[in-house]
Order: sequence, then C-alpha cells, then structure tokens
Amino acid sequence: MTLLAATEHTKTFLVPNQAISMAHRKPPLYDVYAADATFTEFGGWDMPVEFDSIRAEHAAVRESVGVFDVSHMGEIVVTGSDATALMQRLTSNDVSALAPGDSQYAMLTDESGTIVDDTIVYQLPDEETTRYLFVPNAGHDEEAYRRWVDHRDEWDLDAEVRNETDAWAMLAVQGPDAPDVVDAATDVDVTPLSWGEATYADIDGVRSWVSRTGYTGEDGFEILCPSDDAETVWSAFEGDVTPCGLGCRDTLRTEMGFLLSGQDFDPVEEPRNPYEAGVGWTVDLDTDFVGRDALAEIEREGVTETFVGLILRERGIARHGHEIVADGEVVGHVTSGTMSPTLGEAIALGYVPTDLADPGTELSVVVRDQEKRAEIVSTPFIEDN
Amino acid sequence: MFETPEDRKYQESHEYATTDDETVTIGITDFAQDELGDVVFVELPEVGDDISQGEEFGVVESIKAVSDLYAPISGTVTEVNEELFDRPELVNEDPYGEGWMLKVDRGDDADFDALLSADEYREQTE
Repeated sequence: MTLLAATEHTKTFLVPNQAISMAHRKPPLYDVYAADATFTEFGGWDMPVEFDSIRAEHAAVRESVGVFDVSHMGEIVVTGSDATALMQRLTSNDVSALAPGDSQYAMLTDESGTIVDDTIVYQLPDEETTRYLFVPNAGHDEEAYRRWVDHRDEWDLDAEVRNETDAWAMLAVQGPDAPDVVDAATDVDVTPLSWGEATYADIDGVRSWVSRTGYTGEDGFEILCPSDDAETVWSAFEGDVTPCGLGCRDTLRTEMGFLLSGQDFDPVEEPRNPYEAGVGWTVDLDTDFVGRDALAEIEREGVTETFVGLILRERGIARHGHEIVADGEVVGHVTSGTMSPTLGEAIALGYVPTDLADPGTELSVVVRDQEKRAEIVSTPFIEDN
Repeated sequence: MFETPEDRKYQESHEYATTDDETVTIGITDFAQDELGDVVFVELPEVGDDISQGEEFGVVESIKAVSDLYAPISGTVTEVNEELFDRPELVNEDPYGEGWMLKVDRGDDADFDALLSADEYREQTE
C-alpha cells in the first residue's frame, strides 16, 4: 500500500508528523493538541487534519458541535480616513454597505476579473476611526498585505494596513449546538446575532471577536482571540465540544458546495472569475474595484463554463483533477471530490460547459481510466440549515 | 500500539498474507488502516484474476487519501470480499478479520519467504 496522490491536497494528508518541515508556520495551539492530532501541511501551516476520525468529527458538527483551530487563516487590519475607499477598490463587494459589527463575503480579483482569493470583510466597532478586518486564506496573508500596501501607495490613500495574522488565533465552533456552547462561554448574549454579525465578547477573561459565520453549512461562530490567550479560549470548549481537524472541514464544506481557495479556483492552476465560480452575487458592479471592468463585460456576455455539483452513480470516488466526459469527449474536470459522510455517496465539484450544467444532466467522471456515470445536482448536496 | 499478529507475514507496503494449507488471505495491516483513516472505497480484482507479488492488485481510498495495493504473494484469486463494497469501514474495524480483501490459491512457498515476520514488520512501523 503506497500512497498514490489523488491531489496535492490529499497527498499531504498522509505526511507523518515527524516529516513536517521546521519551515512551516505553526498555529499558537500547536503544542496544546500536538499529541492528540494527526497533522498536515496546508497553505504553509502545520494544521491538525484529524483528531479522532474524519467521519466522527464530521458527524459531530452536523449533529451536535465541534471546534476547529483555523488559525492558519489570515488577519489584515485596515484603518484610517481612506480605509473604506481602499477596501472598496480591492474587494468585489460593496464595503460601504457594512455597519460596525457586520461582515460580508467578497472576492479579491485581478484586472482580468480572475479570483485571486476569497475573504470575509468585517467592519470593527471603533469610535476613533474606520476599522476593517479581513480574513484571507492560509498562505495568502502576505500577498494580500502587499497588495493593499502597494495600492494604497499607488492611489495615495490615507490608510494604515497591518498584517496581524501571527497575533491572532481563530477558532470555529460549528454545529446545531454551537449557539448554546458559545453563549455559555461568553460574557454577552451572542444568540441574537444574525448570520454574518459579530461582537466583542470575553471568554474566560479573554477579549475576543465573536462572529456568527462559518464554512460548514451549520450554525456556528468563528472566534478571533489573541494568540497568547488561545489556550484559554480553546479550553473553554473542552469537554462539551468535539475537536475537529481540516479533514472534516473539507468534507463539510464540499457537501455545501463552498469554494476552496487554491483548489476550486486559483490564479495560476484554476483561473476562474466569480461568475463561472458561482459567486457572482459577491460582485457589486456599481462599485469601482480592480477587475470591475473585465467582470462587467463577462457579466454582459455570460460565461461558457459553470461550477457545478456532481454525484457519482457508480462505485468510485471522484477526486481533484479527474476529467469530466460527455459523449466520449472531455468537457471539464473535477476540482474537489470526496465521499460524503452525510450521504454515503461520492460527491464532486467542478467546471463543465454551461449548456451541460443543468441538474439532471448525465455525464461521466474518469476515475483511474474508467468512466463512472455521474449526474449534475444542485448544491448544497445536503439540506441547507 | 498497533496489532501485528504472529500468524501471518507482512510486506513493507503494509499488506499481510496468512495461509492455511489451501488458500492465502490478503488484506492491509492495522497500522495501514490507521494511517489511512476512514476507508470509504476499495477496488479489487475479480475471481479468476492472477496477481503477482509486488504488483498492484487494487486500490483503497479513505476520505483523505488514495493508495495502491500491492500483492504480497502471487496466485489466482478464488474469492473477493464483496462485503467491503458496501461496508468498506470493515477495513478499519477489523483489518485482520472481516476486513480481509482477497483469497488466492496458494503460490510458491518462496513467495512467503520474501515477506517480513511480525517482528520485522513491527520494527518498520515503530
């Protein structure tokens, strides 16, 4: 039994702990759970891939509640009188629509409208100045920081940009029981927060930014706290909450059809615009941002390929990179694929020609030289909570 | 930490082979199933197919990984554990029992001599 990499992603999943390079970044909680988890390299970070089993952790999040360390996510803070203008010109959504304590999902695009990364933008409450925090993906924080600084200087805007990724830990508490356990752990009532809203709250004396957001399709919260206090916050969820790794984070988000940066889109390996990636709703063409003109034209003309969900109708598992075939011709490829723990079926995400993207369309996925029958289905694959 | 029963021989690539007089039973080790995590799919040859020592005979997939399977001995497949098609998790739950993969006609004794003893395999996984 030798590991045959289906994707770079899965290949790294089996790297034994001792093979981990010293060069990788480690989350502040690394030593706290190192003995209990299996690790993987992800976005230049050594992160837990599973504690117990992916299947058990997946079920905990769907049925009760789990906690993830997602400190590999970046944190960039932007303040100053031109902070709104800078954010507006570098993200696809309308930042001016935010009020303090709100968040929005947005794309970072280049001049051609290609997605460079996706992010959540928060407006933080601040009486002195306008303050934003945005969360680029693992390994994208330095490029995002440089992009912001370079454009600020080019456009001569008054804004301070700080990469605070190393200063913050981020925990995601996700699942139907998340409101109960997060409310019990915080000194303020977090249950009135609606989806996407956030507030400051103390957790065992640690000032944290608690946001009703997540990447699992379940109700839940993402909690930002100072790296030095991460263990206190992590401990607040010990016992009641199942520790979860990136393995089930991936199966959970795939069941929802959520994009994974660097896999379902990537400026080099998988260049996609927001319309073909199914996130055109994050693009506000009435705002002026890098990529806006190119996207206006793409929106006008329509896209030729579309991001879809597929279910295999034969035994097998579609994985990243597998070809999608119709009438003997390669028409697209899988960008993410796994066995859905919830459905017990092989599910996949990928791009196909728009005229083959309707649910019910029958195609095939080529798994190890064999065509497996597949069908386009609407996402999420599971019932949306 | 992992079970490595004495009643069988092992291959460096983590397959085992155990025999009575007639047939050889093949599967993957306890160490291997733990490394893979939740097994969700196996692809195995059919009855009558020949397998050759050291050559690929199938594939095992967990949620997080895809691995080739290598034949620990040569022979002709006489039985396939089709139960694994519906319950691949048996590989995790009982790798040396219900999670077996193939039964093959006993090949040369020399095939077995090339394999590792339980002690030798245990050393490799420590």
